[in-house]
Amino acid sequence: MILATTAPLRAAGLVLRRDLALAFRRWEQVTHPVVFFLMVATLFPLALNPKPSLLADVAAGVVWVSALLSSMLALETLYRADVEDGTLEQLTLTGQPLALLLLAKTVAHWILSGLPLVLAAPVVAIAFGADAAANAVLMTAIALGTAVLSLIGSVGAALTLGSRRGSVLLSLLVLPLIMPVLIFGARATALAMHGESAEGPLWLLGALLILALTLTPFASAAAVRISLE
Amino acid sequence: MSAFFAMGGYAGYVWSSYGLAAAILIWNIWSALAAHQVARAAAQRALARSASTGPSAS
Amino acid sequence: MGTWTWFHKLSSPPHCYRIAGQLIPWFAIPAALLIVAGIYGGLVRAPADYQQGDAFRIIYVHAPAAWLSLMCYTVMAVAAAVGLVWRIKLAHALAAATAPIGASFALLCLATGSIWGKPMWGTWWTWDARLTSQLILLFLYLGYQALRSAYDDIGKADRASAVLAIVGVVNVPIIHFSVNWWNSLHQGSTVLRRGGPAMPASMLVPLILCFFGFTFLYAALACVRVRAEVLRRERNAHWLQDLAGRRGRTESAT
Repeated sequence: MILATTAPLRAAGLVLRRDLALAFRRWEQVTHPVVFFLMVATLFPLALNPKPSLLADVAAGVVWVSALLSSMLALETLYRADVEDGTLEQLTLTGQPLALLLLAKTVAHWILSGLPLVLAAPVVAIAFGADAAANAVLMTAIALGTAVLSLIGSVGAALTLGSRRGSVLLSLLVLPLIMPVLIFGARATALAMHGESAEGPLWLLGALLILALTLTPFASAAAVRISLE
Repeated sequence: MSAFFAMGGYAGYVWSSYGLAAAILIWNIWSALAAHQVARAAAQRALARSASTGPSAS
Repeated sequence: MGTWTWFHKLSSPPHCYRIAGQLIPWFAIPAALLIVAGIYGGLVRAPADYQQGDAFRIIYVHAPAAWLSLMCYTVMAVAAAVGLVWRIKLAHALAAATAPIGASFALLCLATGSIWGKPMWGTWWTWDARLTSQLILLFLYLGYQALRSAYDDIGKADRASAVLAIVGVVNVPIIHFSVNWWNSLHQGSTVLRRGGPAMPASMLVPLILCFFGFTFLYAALACVRVRAEVLRRERNAHWLQDLAGRRGRTESAT
């Protein structure tokens, strides 16, 4: 296997390229979370009240809750196919740093599930009557937030690989851990929608991302090794 | 004495809190002891099984 | 050198089982005395609060429960890390024993906080920073227990839940900070004064007694549960035979 002999960073690049290439063959893996996101957002006006002033008040919260639920749903596909065909086990045997390879897989997963949400979020925000001027902040915040969620979620997905129950268990593990992301992200979005500076919560989201980037790959690697034993 | 139980008009709140606390403490003690009993019985069953099937059965 | 051999002796299952059993009365008796004294002091001897009247007496079960729920999570995560790094089964047993105790006290803290909130705030629940972070802590416990119960193999459940406990304990201060930050933006500071350095001694002493009483109670409960967890991990070990034999003799003697 070529992965075993190249430099670690090149190996990670190969994993990333492979996952992206595979996604073009399983296109629904990319589109389903976006459709789910739009559907959940549609539930709120129906459940609450289509009054424009109310919708503008809850816009930031609706976008964030829908985006987090949708990327939570996508987490399940992060390792599943690779466990079924044995690729994940092969990755642990290459001798390359497993944390780095899993980080590459997580980045690929974020490009496929987080990035489409970044593009879809302004559509929902505008449908809820939010000011289009807030879109830059909204997209930055969603990009940072879904990235943190993918990283923390990769640990949860790895922990539930070897267990009997899948997706509900995964949500139980991951949801409490990502509440800070929701708090900072929704706050940044709400500030921008009211025409105020959202710098503070955006920096906090960035800090969360750096922390997650440095810690979670090692936790994921440990979790994958435990699950595959 | 009845003034003590009346808790200055907050009787329902104070006594329900203490009742819940008592319930949680009793549950903790009961479930810890029960877990030990269950584990002990299971270990003894496993021992008896291995003694009756093993070569060193007496 | 001496401490290391002692440590090794302790971490061997039969010694651990025996020592935990011998420790139980040393924790349980002080726990009972301290809790009874603390509750008596809190309900009878402490004067009513000048603002909250007798409703403040809920603090004697609410605050120690809050303390235990946080302490248990820390103990659980440290034990899990020790078990994961040095592959010590006893540490995993301690983590598994601590989780249900901590979860039950997180629940008690939430319930009493909500009951206390009714006369003070006028509603059963407000999204107060402390109540909200306590609720998230309860969710963390529930996730941990759910992951543990999803595995049939106890060794795998130990290691997988250990990773989750470590990730969780890194997150606890972040959750705490973010919830405080969120709360300070949306609400003024809470009207409820929950203890503080201004407390007179007649109120403070029973509270301290309750804190120590609850902590000793945790230690006693953990000893009982650790014994159960050790047994679950050592089903077929030969030392259990001695245990069963001794038990059989005492039963036939009575």
